[in-house]
Amino acid sequence: MGTVDRPLIRDVAALAAAAAVVGASFGAIAIAGGMPVWLASAMSMLVFAGGAQFMAVGVVAGGGSPVAAVLAGLLLNARHLPFGLAVADVLGPGWGRRLAGSHIMTDEAVAFALAQDDPRRRRTAYWLCGAALFVAWNLGVLAGALAGRAVGDPAALGVDAAFPAGLLALLLPTLRRPRAVERADSPAAADVSSGQRGGTRLAERVVATVRGDRQVETAPRRVALAGAVIALAATPVLPAGVPVLLALLGLVVALV
Amino acid sequence: MTLVPILVLAVGTYAFRLAGPLLRKRIEVPDSVQRWLSLAAVALLAALVATAALTSAGGFSGWARPAGVLVGALAAWRRAPFVVVVVAAAVTTALLRLAGVP
Repeated sequence: MGTVDRPLIRDVAALAAAAAVVGASFGAIAIAGGMPVWLASAMSMLVFAGGAQFMAVGVVAGGGSPVAAVLAGLLLNARHLPFGLAVADVLGPGWGRRLAGSHIMTDEAVAFALAQDDPRRRRTAYWLCGAALFVAWNLGVLAGALAGRAVGDPAALGVDAAFPAGLLALLLPTLRRPRAVERADSPAAADVSSGQRGGTRLAERVVATVRGDRQVETAPRRVALAGAVIALAATPVLPAGVPVLLALLGLVVALV
Repeated sequence: MTLVPILVLAVGTYAFRLAGPLLRKRIEVPDSVQRWLSLAAVALLAALVATAALTSAGGFSGWARPAGVLVGALAAWRRAPFVVVVVAAAVTTALLRLAGVP
């Protein structure tokens, strides 16, 4: 990896700290549900997906069958398939990196990678975030499992707000990039977007479409908004995990 | 929760994670397709942000969490350092809950 920039380490450390806190609460909940310490730790190392782990343990604790628990967890984790397609190049060449890099794939590592501009930084960010979260999560789970009831409710610390806020911060550069491109391409873009409608705007769009760069320009923003709206609308009526997958339908807005 | 269902969940999860990189190894993907795959990740991440910020167990999460996320979002919008974003969100939510906001 060579020299890793300090801001990146600091950013990853912030998320890792939050992951350790949530991990500790998972460890405590797993033990309270009757799991031995070694099993809670093994689950965290082998599954390494916080949402699915809480879900599976919760289903069983609520009287559900293990089959239902596994299915619910898998439904939550299915999003890793499209994530893997998106970041395949980031992992690096060779079987070792592919096998290990896939296991440490998390929402945060994907978001960290996508937030970087060049391929080198992307790779560094992915591996650093993935590895740091893996270590922090598993140490947190072990500590929580050993401490048991002594672990407080992480909600009191607000960590449940830290993760969406962090993901959003990582998503912002991608959502912002388009405007910079637009401005660089056409000095008139600012005037156009500030109210002027009709011919000029349309002409700009046609030119951009013909050049093939319109997708990279405004698509991320529209796709993000559509994905968020779809997932929110589906959340009350569909099982956890499905609404997020359904957000892929938001890609359609990149076509129009 | 016993060992066997945990192993099944682990294997299935790893299969989801590994499928992308394995598929991509077999086929050369043109730049335009890579762009779409990145857009797909954007859609998923945005959906995760929205659902994690506003919902829990299929319903509304209560105001403390979205308020914290909003404060974090404003900080991120003003290009505050990432650490500040994360801490501001957590502290806001924690203080609101301390004050009795669900």
